[in-house]
Parts: sequence; C-alpha cells; structure tokens
Amino acid sequence: MLIRVTPERLDPEEAIEAVRRDEAGAVDVFLGVVRNTNKGRAVDHLVYDAYPSMAEKTMRELAEEAVARFDLTDSAVLHRTGRLEIGETSLLVAVSAGHRAATFEAGHWLVNEIKRQVPVWKKEVWADGEEWIEGPESLGMERAPATMRGS
Amino acid sequence: MAITVLFFASLADAVGTRELSLAHVSGDTVASVRDRLVAAHPQISEFTETLLYAVDEEYAEENAPVPAGATLALIPPVSGG
Repeated sequence: MLIRVTPERLDPEEAIEAVRRDEAGAVDVFLGVVRNTNKGRAVDHLVYDAYPSMAEKTMRELAEEAVARFDLTDSAVLHRTGRLEIGETSLLVAVSAGHRAATFEAGHWLVNEIKRQVPVWKKEVWADGEEWIEGPESLGMERAPATMRGS
Repeated sequence: MAITVLFFASLADAVGTRELSLAHVSGDTVASVRDRLVAAHPQISEFTETLLYAVDEEYAEENAPVPAGATLALIPPVSGG
C-alpha cells in the first residue's frame, strides 16, 4: 500500500505500478490538479500545508478501509505539499480490483473521504492577495452551524 | 511532562507559530487545554467554531483526555485534494 505526503512531484506511473496485480483487471487513477481559477478569481499558484504524520496515518486508514469495503486488490494515496503551480498534481489516488465497477466506486469514495478528513490545507495565492481555503466538504465544516457553511 | 500543541495553515498564521509547549495539568482534556490556549492567544477564539482536535494524531472529542507528553493538534477545516 503506497502512502505518501511529500513536497516532491507526484508520478502517476509509480502509483499505477504500486497497485497493479496479475489478478486485477482494472486500475482507476485520480489526479487532483491545480486549477487556474476559483470562484471566478484567477489563481496564480497554491501552497499546501499538512500535518504530515497524521495525514499519512489518516490516508493509510482510508486506503485500508477502501480495500475492505470495495474488495480491492490494493490502493495508493499520495498528497503533495508546498508550492504548486497551475496544472501540477496535488493528489494522486490509484486503486485496483478484479473488475472496473469496484475501482470507480472506490476511487470516488476515497477522494471524498480524503477531502473530508486528511489534515492538509491549501492556500490560494492571487496576483493581489492570498487566502487559506476552508474545505466545504471537511469534517470541521460539516460540524459547524449551518450559518457558517453559507447555507 | 509538557503538552506539545500544533497549529496549521490559517491558525498557524494567526497565532504566529506552528508549535508550542504547554504545562500539563492533572485531568487535562482537549477542552481544558483549548481554553488555556484561547486565554493566552485570544485570536484562536475566532477559529473554535469549526476547529477539530487530534490527540497523538487521532481525531478527538472535546472531552477526550490529554495525557502528559501528548501532542494536541488544532485542526482548522481541511482543504486537501
């Protein structure tokens, strides 16, 4: 099970090779990529902060749960930290299973749970300022009063 | 033995540090340590509504014990991915 929080560039091929098995007929790969705009505002770059040891622990627990829940052969979760430019990969998830349906479901579930639970934060940097983003899907926002979620 | 407190992202910026050491008090919980931190750094109170806590890398409720030597992390809403 490949789990890593790193300031180094993420390589999809590494994750694919890590989960590839002779008995697995399907590998699903998800890349979270830095977008050049958010809420109508031009983004120059992102800076990711993390609690690396807890992030890796949480990622491993989620990856293990995904394997059990969707009967996967293996899973890999990697998250990058530090400064990322537009188009760079911030999150890399790869899962393998006997057949494709389980991999699609598991990949979807895993990415959602990562965004809810894993202690990683992104700061948007614009031409004229910057702001730490509070994930609308995060466990913390889930527990907050409705007024704080803008609903 | 002391307690290690960790801050991240927006909260680290607001407090002006990523880590500090606090004296442990017998019977300490997440809430009691949090209250001492807010007293020393009032700007933390702006975050408490959405703040989560982890004791030794495990999410913990406010009534969870914080033993001497533990690491308490204050976790603003995560935004990875």
